[in-house]
Amino acid sequence: MKLPLLYDVALSLLLARGRQSLVAAIGVTFSITMFIALLSFMAGLNQLLDGLVVNRTPHIRLYNEVQPAPQQPIDRYSGLDAVHARQHNFIRSIKPSDELPRIRNVGAIIAALRRDPRVRGVAPKTQAQVFYNVGTINLTGTISGIEVEQEDRLFAFGDYVTTGDPLSLKTVANSIILGKAAADIMLVGVGDIVQITTVKGSHVQLKVVGLFESGLLEIDKVQSYTSLSTAQKLLGEANNYVTDVQVKLHDFSLAPPLAKEYAQRYEVQALDIQTANSQFETGTFIRTLISYTVGITLLIVAGFGIYNILNMMIYEKMDTIAILKAIGFSGADVQRLFVVVALAIGLSGGAAGLLCGLGLSVLISYVPFHPASLPTVHFYPVSFNPVFYGIGAVFSFITTYLAGYFPARKASQVDPVDIIRGK
Amino acid sequence: MNTPAIEARQLIKYFADPVRVQVLHSVSFALGRGEFAAVVGKSGCGKSTLLYILSTMDTAYEGELLIDGEPMRGKKEAALARVRNEQIGFVFQFHYLLNEFSVLRNVMLPAEKLGKLPGQEIEHRAYEKLKILGIESEALKKPNQLSGGQKQRVAIARALINDPLIILGDEPTGNLDQKNGEIVFDIFKELAETYHQALLIVTHDNDFAAKTHRIIEMEDGRIIQ
Repeated sequence: MKLPLLYDVALSLLLARGRQSLVAAIGVTFSITMFIALLSFMAGLNQLLDGLVVNRTPHIRLYNEVQPAPQQPIDRYSGLDAVHARQHNFIRSIKPSDELPRIRNVGAIIAALRRDPRVRGVAPKTQAQVFYNVGTINLTGTISGIEVEQEDRLFAFGDYVTTGDPLSLKTVANSIILGKAAADIMLVGVGDIVQITTVKGSHVQLKVVGLFESGLLEIDKVQSYTSLSTAQKLLGEANNYVTDVQVKLHDFSLAPPLAKEYAQRYEVQALDIQTANSQFETGTFIRTLISYTVGITLLIVAGFGIYNILNMMIYEKMDTIAILKAIGFSGADVQRLFVVVALAIGLSGGAAGLLCGLGLSVLISYVPFHPASLPTVHFYPVSFNPVFYGIGAVFSFITTYLAGYFPARKASQVDPVDIIRGK
Repeated sequence: MNTPAIEARQLIKYFADPVRVQVLHSVSFALGRGEFAAVVGKSGCGKSTLLYILSTMDTAYEGELLIDGEPMRGKKEAALARVRNEQIGFVFQFHYLLNEFSVLRNVMLPAEKLGKLPGQEIEHRAYEKLKILGIESEALKKPNQLSGGQKQRVAIARALINDPLIILGDEPTGNLDQKNGEIVFDIFKELAETYHQALLIVTHDNDFAAKTHRIIEMEDGRIIQ
């Protein structure tokens, strides 16, 4: 009855101003398309970059740094109370005793961590300083001894290894995976032997079973990987010598409190991912903010387009409004009529925009993209999160409603007597 | 049948712009069912102003307006719109049809708005009204394909669709030639005499006025006769 009649009149108004209505609708389509594509692309990029941090770095790193004890023995005899007030400590530059940066009782710690229900996995690591011998020249480097299976499972180690098989570290004795840049300098490839000198002066020959690329040239020049036991052998230490315990959690937001807990319980230093990579969260937030701002600005511009066309329509159709009121349409009916017109423009444009946005996102996800730091990525990352489509739909509804509401209210206040007498 | 279809009591109206001028001075009259009245007077004597107050579109007045015995003062805008829809048929000097819709749809609009009858019934009634006015053959054309006289008849058909109590006309023949003017007059007369509707027509045409049942002559915002 009443509503279909309003829709009929709204449709006739739309058709009477067909081209302008279409342009206004295309404006909405364009803005929603860009909104969806922009957010999808930005979110994809954010996920990729966050994933880089969250997936490839330990959520908590336990280590033992060589550092002076906060309470030196001499402090017990100086300046604390009345009895010792006359004593004065003049000893400076106290050196640490001969202690390596090992984590004590590491086997028990790892076993305890693996039983913790909040922990997804634990990977021990041993760092060693070495020299790569290239003829008579020595290049400094760092070898990390890793449990390759754990490292691959928890931190996607295999993704970095561009040549060779990472699991060979375990199967081939005395093997090494070299940084690509270091291998280029040494002119070696998979299957060749490199000679290294440890800090203790012993020479060791290791077989190259793979090359890795982290994307950072400076790291690729110095960093290399070997198995945990090989690293321990290089250092001449027993098989309980571990310098780092890398912990990965099920929920990485728990990292800061857990880091404190572990530091206290195991008497080690613990660094959580949030502290180590605080700039990443800031970056993600800023990128998201920018894309939402741009998207919403586009929508508001489209809203002005609808506002314009409606204002024009109302000026042109003053006679129609007057006649509708004279034959018994109330102001509220007239207002509803023009809001319906605005929503028809906005929702049809918005729906088309959602589809175009999906299409554009799909198109972007097929554009080749080969970042040096991410050898597994071949296309631009795009997130197809339905939330963006929901936001787009809701925003197109709200902006078109508002853009229609104000002209419609004006139309509802048109005095038919003025129009009819004015003729 | 004792209640007048429309009754004005002591209507006073001011125009505030550009200076405050009183355009209606205590206008009172009543119009019964089946009565066909013409309002005449010089330009600016307030007859159109009176008509728009009677039509409930102009609400800025003092005094009382009763339609079918019911006071209009104090009613909400939506309620007045409903009164216009149901009780009043309005015919303007210019036809004011919606060019986007067919003639038939234009006639149907007020009934569709009222929403009392199903769509088919409304269409049937609209055809009947067009037949009374002798233009049923033009029903499916667009208004801009019709002549001026035909358009005015469509507008009258639209005013009739809800069988209103009162039909108000603001110089409905003012824009028509002699022949078409006579056709419209005959239709009005028939409405009053056959269908017992109250008609109040503002006109400049003295011949037209002379043929009606009653002449209300206005001068300077007063009814003088």
